[in-house]
Amino acid sequence: MATPNLRIDVHHVTRVEGHGNIVVDVQNGQLKQCDLEIVETPRFFEAMLRGRPYGESSHITSRICGICAVGHATASLRATENALGVVPSEQTVLLRKLNFHGEMLDSHILHAYMLVAPDLLGVGSVIPLAKSAPEVVLRALRMKKLAGDLCAALCGRHTHPIAMTVGGFTHFPSREQLGELRERLIAMRPDVEATVELFTQLKLPAFERDTEYVALRAKGEYCYIDGEIASSDGGALPLTDYRKVTNEHLVRHSSAKRTHHMRESYMVGALARFNINFDELHPKAKSAAAAIGLKPKVTNPYLNTAAQVVEIVHCSEDAIRLCDVLIKRGLTWEEPVKPARLSGEGVGACDVPRGTLFHNYVIADGLVTGANCIIPTGQNLSNIEGDMRALVPTMLDRKPPEITLALEMLVRAYDPCISCSTHMLNVRFE
Amino acid sequence: MSAKPKIAFYEFTSCEGCQLTVVDSLQLYPELLEAVDIVRFREAMSEMGDDYAIAFIEGSCSRPSDEAPIKAIREKAALVVALGACAHLGGINTIRNRHDLGEVRRFVYGDKAEWYDTYPARPISAVIKVDAAIPGCPIDRHEFVRTVKRLLQGRAPELPDHPLCVECKLKENVCLYLRGTTCLGPIVRAGCDAICPTYGDSCEGCRGLVPNPNIEHLKEVLTEHGLSVDQTLAKMTQFLTYQVMEMEAAGHGDPQPAH
Ligand code: SF4
Ligand code: SF4
Ligand code: SF4
Repeated sequence: MATPNLRIDVHHVTRVEGHGNIVVDVQNGQLKQCDLEIVETPRFFEAMLRGRPYGESSHITSRICGICAVGHATASLRATENALGVVPSEQTVLLRKLNFHGEMLDSHILHAYMLVAPDLLGVGSVIPLAKSAPEVVLRALRMKKLAGDLCAALCGRHTHPIAMTVGGFTHFPSREQLGELRERLIAMRPDVEATVELFTQLKLPAFERDTEYVALRAKGEYCYIDGEIASSDGGALPLTDYRKVTNEHLVRHSSAKRTHHMRESYMVGALARFNINFDELHPKAKSAAAAIGLKPKVTNPYLNTAAQVVEIVHCSEDAIRLCDVLIKRGLTWEEPVKPARLSGEGVGACDVPRGTLFHNYVIADGLVTGANCIIPTGQNLSNIEGDMRALVPTMLDRKPPEITLALEMLVRAYDPCISCSTHMLNVRFE
Repeated sequence: MSAKPKIAFYEFTSCEGCQLTVVDSLQLYPELLEAVDIVRFREAMSEMGDDYAIAFIEGSCSRPSDEAPIKAIREKAALVVALGACAHLGGINTIRNRHDLGEVRRFVYGDKAEWYDTYPARPISAVIKVDAAIPGCPIDRHEFVRTVKRLLQGRAPELPDHPLCVECKLKENVCLYLRGTTCLGPIVRAGCDAICPTYGDSCEGCRGLVPNPNIEHLKEVLTEHGLSVDQTLAKMTQFLTYQVMEMEAAGHGDPQPAH
């Protein structure tokens, strides 16, 4: 039976980070409204940075988000370093990459197992799951703990990193610690394989909508830090041109800014990276993709979670490689590289778990005078709405609770980080 | 019906890092899940209960529309616990309290500024009575578990009253002052195992000040080491702007170099 009039109003979507509402209004079979409202408190981080010494920026901006704290800190440090002419050492670059894998694993495991798997297994949260499928939950916790321990060894704690600073690190793991992390990462392989296996069994909803995919890209690696901004519609731009990609604008129903590039909207995150950087994935990650049935270009946004699982394989294997490299070259207790100047402007970019993140600072005499941060979820909002608008009309013969669940799952697939974008989700069917 | 105490988590202006640390604590101490019944944890659960004895509030109150829900939590909960620096002190969100807020809004949101409702960020205790606080940005997972256990036993949680330097010395860290770096350790409440100095960075005061902090003594020590008093005190405005502004209003403490 078709639903001529439908109003969905999900107030504060759960199992996402931050607060958001989904509002859908169908009248006489016509979609009148289909919005993702961001109701999070505005955070004003960009304004708060002004007047602060440049060294505080990464500590302040990591507090934008507890899940991507390392990502914000890294993008912040890169922006400051580019502004002040700091070139970090090879060891710093390796340690930052390893630390980044820790955060990527932590975040993807949290999202795939605790936030998405309950939908696929038909329960409300990971808590009943602990009763019905304890081995699945224990596996997730084991993997997540290792990811957290990896960050803790490198920067003190994952939320919020301590030892990461402009020009380097203020603390270093010992060779033994690195060796132990390496052993534990190797011992985690069966858990990673079981994760891939789980996602080959779980059925993610079928829905296709091609869009523009945007991710950082660099030669010879599956890029997470620095590189250039690449688009699936072709072309690439240097980081300093980030505003040409993001075109930020505000919409009334949201305290997060929106973005668009070549089309009306674009997607960032694991699926976008997978589509753009597939060739650079670790061979084991490529096999995992084949097992799950992912082949670029993937245009089903629900498969973002599957792409995260592929990245879990990539990051754990690449983390083992980085441990090997670091152990082989030996760690030195390096002093952070000193700034070449105290004034300048710089852009830093990272592909954090949820997509491309930009920090842009202007620094004068050691104090921040201007700042702009563009957050992944903010870039995805218009694309999520585009998906919702395409999805709802195909579902009008279903019952409202089914439509609501499909929309909530869609929003959760993007792994939105609303506290970042300024926080997220409630579905309201109007 | 379970007889286990029901607990709920709420968040206002925050990064949700403290709630994530709660998830991590549960992974370290799974027995805690057996002892309580979590009825609301929006970040991790779809189920939502409205009946609870202990409410943990993360985040600061930073807009007029936050007040009613904060007061409603107080009405329901027997115990309200501030979770982390944002809730306990106002924390990082209070940096903006020193700026002209109209101007802050315009800086981030331009001519759409009036769409966004805000006012100076405050700790939860500025809005309702709070029974206990778990300090830190983020909270310390062991301290969280200790606090919950004490609350379940019907005892008030205790926070250490001594300064961070005591813990830092026990860790045998080389004092940052000797390396020419400033640190708030002498006036900040211990309890984090001096994690920042241990990882080579100075304490920024996220756990709040010790009772009766001896700021005059801190200044002497700084001067002795040839370190900048202004820079050190300016560090206090990272997490403690609300407290600094209260001290200034009360006419003691130190006027800060305006950020
Ligand atoms: S206290 Fe720190 S970690 Fe906790 S919510 Fe606030 S900003 Fe996040
Ligand atoms: S490093 Fe900081 S906390 Fe440690 S002893 Fe020195 S002043 Fe105190
Ligand atoms: S050392 Fe200071 S800033 Fe660091 S966690 Fe402890 S109280 Fe907070």
